[in-house]
Amino acid sequence: MKTYNNILVLVILLCVSLSWAQQTPAPAQKEAIVIEGATAHLGNGSIIENSLIMFEGGKLTFVGDAKMKIARKGKKINGTGKHLYPGFIAPTKALGLIEINAVRASIDVDEIGEFIPHVRSLIAYNAESKVVESMRPNGVLLAQITPQGGDISGTSSIVQLDAWNWEDAAIKVDDGIHLHWPSSYRFNRRGENRGYMPNDSYQKTIAEITSFLQDSKAYGETTPKEENAPFKAMQGLYSGSQKLYIYADGEKEIIDAITLAKSEGVKSIVLVGGYEAYKVTDFLKQQNIPVLVQATHNRPKFEDEDYDLPYKLPKLLTDAGLLVGIQNGEGRNFQTRNLPFYAGQAAGQGLDKEVALSLITGNNAKILGIDNAYGTLEVGKSATLFLSEGDALDMRTNQLLNAFIDGREISLETHQTELWKRYMNKYENE
Amino acid sequence: MKQRLLIIILFMASSSLLKAQDYFPESKGVKSNNHNYTAFTNAKIYVTPTTVIESGTLLIKEGKVVSAGAQVTLPKNTVVINAENKTIYPSFIDVYSDFGVKKPKREGGRGRSAQYDATRDGFYWNDHIMPETDAVDVFEYDSKKAKELLEAGFGVVNTHLQDGIARGTGVLVTLNENGTNADRILNDRSAQYFSFTKSIVKSQSYPSSLMGATALLRQFYHDADWYAKGNVDGIDRSLEALNKNKGLIQIFEAESKSNVLRADKIGDAFGIQYTILGGGYEYEMVSAIKATNAKLILPLNFPDAYDVSDPFSETFVSLSDMRHWNQAPANPKILAENGVTFSFTLKDLKKTKDFKEKLMEAIAYGLPKAKALEALTTIPAQILGQSSKIGSLQKNMEANFIITSGDFFDKETIVYENWVQGKKNLITAANTNDIRGEYNITTNSKVFTLSIKGSIDDPKASIKQDSTTLTSKFKFENNWLNLSFTDNGSETYRFSSLISPNTDAFSGKVMTSNGAEDFKAKLTEAFETKPEKDHTHEPTDIVPITYPNIGYGNLERPKQETILFKNATVWTGEDEGILTNTDVLVKDGKISKIGKDLSAGKAKVIDATGKHLTAGIIDEHSHIAALSINESGHNSSAEVTMEDVVDPDDISIYYALGGGVTSLQLLHGSANPIGGRSAILKLKWGETAENMIYDNSPKFIKFALGENVKQSNWGSTNRFPQTRMGVEQVFINYFQRAKEYGEKKASGTPYRYDEEMETLLEILNGERFISCHSYVQSEINMLMKVAEKFDFRVNTFTHILEGYKVADKMAEHGVGAATFSDWWAYKFEVNDAIPYNAAIMQQQGITVAINSDDQEMIRRLNQEAGKTVKYGGMTELEAWKMVTINPAKLLHLDDRVGSIKKGKDADLVLWNDHPMSIYAKAEKTLIEGVVYFDIEKDKQQRESIKKERAQLIDLMLQDKSKGKKTQKPSGKRREEMTCESL
Repeated sequence: MKTYNNILVLVILLCVSLSWAQQTPAPAQKEAIVIEGATAHLGNGSIIENSLIMFEGGKLTFVGDAKMKIARKGKKINGTGKHLYPGFIAPTKALGLIEINAVRASIDVDEIGEFIPHVRSLIAYNAESKVVESMRPNGVLLAQITPQGGDISGTSSIVQLDAWNWEDAAIKVDDGIHLHWPSSYRFNRRGENRGYMPNDSYQKTIAEITSFLQDSKAYGETTPKEENAPFKAMQGLYSGSQKLYIYADGEKEIIDAITLAKSEGVKSIVLVGGYEAYKVTDFLKQQNIPVLVQATHNRPKFEDEDYDLPYKLPKLLTDAGLLVGIQNGEGRNFQTRNLPFYAGQAAGQGLDKEVALSLITGNNAKILGIDNAYGTLEVGKSATLFLSEGDALDMRTNQLLNAFIDGREISLETHQTELWKRYMNKYENE
Repeated sequence: MKQRLLIIILFMASSSLLKAQDYFPESKGVKSNNHNYTAFTNAKIYVTPTTVIESGTLLIKEGKVVSAGAQVTLPKNTVVINAENKTIYPSFIDVYSDFGVKKPKREGGRGRSAQYDATRDGFYWNDHIMPETDAVDVFEYDSKKAKELLEAGFGVVNTHLQDGIARGTGVLVTLNENGTNADRILNDRSAQYFSFTKSIVKSQSYPSSLMGATALLRQFYHDADWYAKGNVDGIDRSLEALNKNKGLIQIFEAESKSNVLRADKIGDAFGIQYTILGGGYEYEMVSAIKATNAKLILPLNFPDAYDVSDPFSETFVSLSDMRHWNQAPANPKILAENGVTFSFTLKDLKKTKDFKEKLMEAIAYGLPKAKALEALTTIPAQILGQSSKIGSLQKNMEANFIITSGDFFDKETIVYENWVQGKKNLITAANTNDIRGEYNITTNSKVFTLSIKGSIDDPKASIKQDSTTLTSKFKFENNWLNLSFTDNGSETYRFSSLISPNTDAFSGKVMTSNGAEDFKAKLTEAFETKPEKDHTHEPTDIVPITYPNIGYGNLERPKQETILFKNATVWTGEDEGILTNTDVLVKDGKISKIGKDLSAGKAKVIDATGKHLTAGIIDEHSHIAALSINESGHNSSAEVTMEDVVDPDDISIYYALGGGVTSLQLLHGSANPIGGRSAILKLKWGETAENMIYDNSPKFIKFALGENVKQSNWGSTNRFPQTRMGVEQVFINYFQRAKEYGEKKASGTPYRYDEEMETLLEILNGERFISCHSYVQSEINMLMKVAEKFDFRVNTFTHILEGYKVADKMAEHGVGAATFSDWWAYKFEVNDAIPYNAAIMQQQGITVAINSDDQEMIRRLNQEAGKTVKYGGMTELEAWKMVTINPAKLLHLDDRVGSIKKGKDADLVLWNDHPMSIYAKAEKTLIEGVVYFDIEKDKQQRESIKKERAQLIDLMLQDKSKGKKTQKPSGKRREEMTCESL
């Protein structure tokens, strides 16, 4: 058996070392699949202990109890003792836009200009990125590919992470526009006065944002003779077909940003970051604003704050009745595979584990507007899910056995697993 | 008033002839010298801050004090000035001034690439070492600035060129407006100066860090000694100057609190006691400051309150900054109480005229007035070794004194005159004639009531006819009263009268439309002074200092306890593995017993049922708690040590404790192939840097390979090495030189003591261990081969992301590994980094640790250890060792820490859950039996921080509403340090 494994590894490695290619995307689901006996975590806060899950043609056809007397059709996977999850969703990431942070040539994330909503991330998304494929063995199967920088950095799209090219990858094209709200305090990095200083141009930047919103809205009220690409790209915000992602952390900034966007007629707003959102939960609730909080693996910003504030922030906001998801937009791309552990950390602060799970599944899907098909295990939705040896929110037991995107069973191998096997093999044979 | 003063001073300066030397020719008239005496009689005289004559005479002649006493016989040729009701003090001295020495300006147009070599020849190899500078060569008397200083009460300043690390000598100069530099300069080599700050006009890269500056000074002293012994061919003007200035007073500009200790430590190593310029934070660590035995020079730059009237802005002001606003004025008082000798300086005050206000603040906070006066007179004189000339009013001393209306430290007191070297400078014209009171004024036909209030010097008047107050103009100058107003009947009156002192009636002329007539005024009611309200803080408003003095500091340093952990799941990290339902007794800082049902005795019992007890986590690679990380000025910096720059106040220490970390290796960064020496710390929150460093610490040094040392990811392209090929040559060259150095040293012939070579020699001798930052396999292999060539072993490869590719070779060499759990893709050389690395290396028999190199990740190293279970299938027991006993082994500390074993240090963590679970929290973290983190105490501290912030915010708002100066809210923040921090 061992020899067999080694031969298999060698064969794989031979291919790999010759072609240095990424994992081959899986073909469309041909055969129905049944997973029986697993603990199914539905992603909406509920759980089915001994579950029966069936999917066909990429869609879930049955989600229920294994005691259910119903015909099991297709290939059977024994899930006894295992855990089943909807694929995790990573919002506001530059996956596929940055391959190696220190290599400029591999970076396509920040275009020149302060107001460039017409700049679209999707066409630069590298579906064959080695970093992207490394998401999958941890259960991260979907991501919002997002440009960065400037005031309005561009338009994102949502992709699944097993594709030949960006067109195949896209599950929601041009879903949202990303507005980086200025900070009323700026951070001075150098010199003796290293630290936070009042930002004297805060109001000026707000005025620029205000006029950009007003101009782009006015532009859309008529049929212009001359096209203005940035203004045109904003129209989805006013019709409600696109969301506005506002990046703001401070109490004042959050109130300023949301008040402005609402008053200028933006229909659907998501707060990203929200470091001090816990101080304005009533406001956010009243304005019906969901929050994509920064990943829990962060330090407090200020010395006098609770040491565990970033850990418990999702809980504070959830307890206040807000719709909350987790993103790690500020982290490096490779860290995105730790998304489940960010949710796990929140559970360590007393948040119910299934609720913590929904922060990176059902809630993220709702916030990104893809909950019609993704985020939870429900009949009729996409079969984008995975089976894990144990609790997927804990790194010791996050061991993926099978993973599916739209019913396609995807490879869980990566550049990294191949190197692992190659060198284990070297030492075993020496 | 102000304008009048200025005119008078200008008049005086231009009218008095400048005094020339005797042998100078006189071309403006006939030669005439004044040998008369001047006596100030009936004054209160502070001969010294503690010798006070209540009513006496000060007699001066030719710029010197002749006598000061209650009874002084006046020679006949004495001009007598009645100074009744006035007080005479020796004028003040500023030891740390830049008066008359032009501030250097930074040169523009620097290139992207760093400048590594010196620009001068015939001098020391480092441009920031300039002891050959003599301020006297560039000194130019600055009359404008002098006036400012004279108004504040200063008579003498000690000035130097405030630029560079070794700054040369200073000049002691009087503010003699009427003299020349021949009279003014009391000492043209008054002291020699040092600092940790590079010259702003020089661009040489080294030293780029605080520890580099420290090492540079040490080496400079070694070299001066070597030079003095005649071992150097040719001339080095810097070393010559240093040796020449050896006998002078040595003054060190330290400024920040811990820099005072740092400076003193350099002095101690070379038998030099510096006088040290402090930063105003000394009160936080007064016992360590006192132990230096250094005299201090203290700034009075107490911060203004933060304007937190916008509630959003208060977030940015930390409690530690608020506290400093609240506590800093107590600095002089606390130092005085603890017997630290200090003088004051005007340095770092925004405006000279703020001086008195700040001084008064210090006094309101409890500094005795005599101490304040000493700090301005006798102590600076003593610091400068000039007690026989300046600082008091004893016989033969410079006649430098101020004449005031009373107690200098009273808010209302006026400085009338500031005499320097026997020459008068009028500051405020004295109106000694007190005419305040209520008067009846009678003219031929009318009666008015005149009320004069205000101060003696600046009286204010109001005039009434019957009960109606009339609009009037009033002036009283040089004993002449001028008063004009229009009465109810539209008649205009203009009064004038020369009033003699001490009369209760006066008369004069009044002009009306009818022409001149006489008037009489008669005092009806004498003036009464009302006591002024004190605007300064009540002492009860001062919040207590904590250790360290930030929000999460402790009021008292926590103490060692005897503790029994009952019924825990104990992760021993030893062969015993995991013991369930087990007790652990902690006593005298050690693990005293491990077993079932241990008896508590006097121990404090902690019920650990359902909880997990582990050894404290050890981070092999950290950059928290440091003031600088990289000395990037040279490609080898073995002479620097992180022990010089430990920052015990970093909140990161507290956070790390909250994540169960008890020990770490504070490593130098990865800018150089040969980095700096490590500091190995126990995170004893609240202790001094000294106390955090391990006793008998194993000796380590950071080496580095790859992109950082060849500067691939930043602009510089002019430093060797730029390739991995060059890196090998750096190592070979340095080790070869160290070997030769060692041979010379052993041979008994004289040798130049070289800190860098001494360190490398320790490596060759197996006394110091290398922890080498490394990524790709080629260079890992290379360093092992270099080490083998020089017959030693590399101790640790840290980061070592491609260690899995050469794990067999590493095992054979005997090197350990500390690596990231799952980092990769952030730069080109980590493209093949895989999270299975730790597992593969471990399976090849290498001692493997998981490190952080990150101030966030250090809080969750338990989780990072858990990742090795996922990636590579490590057993949980082995995984846990990756952050405890394995790093202890790598650091040669496994006989003391890293596992739960009888006799080892009680560095323990109590977890509420399986320690590697994502859901686990550290509840208690102990070091040597002292609880440094306790989740329950943390909750209480959150509350007390909220309360104290509210209290201080309220006090700051009060300052604002009282119209006191405020500053914009801002927040100082420590740099987030990583390997690459420059």
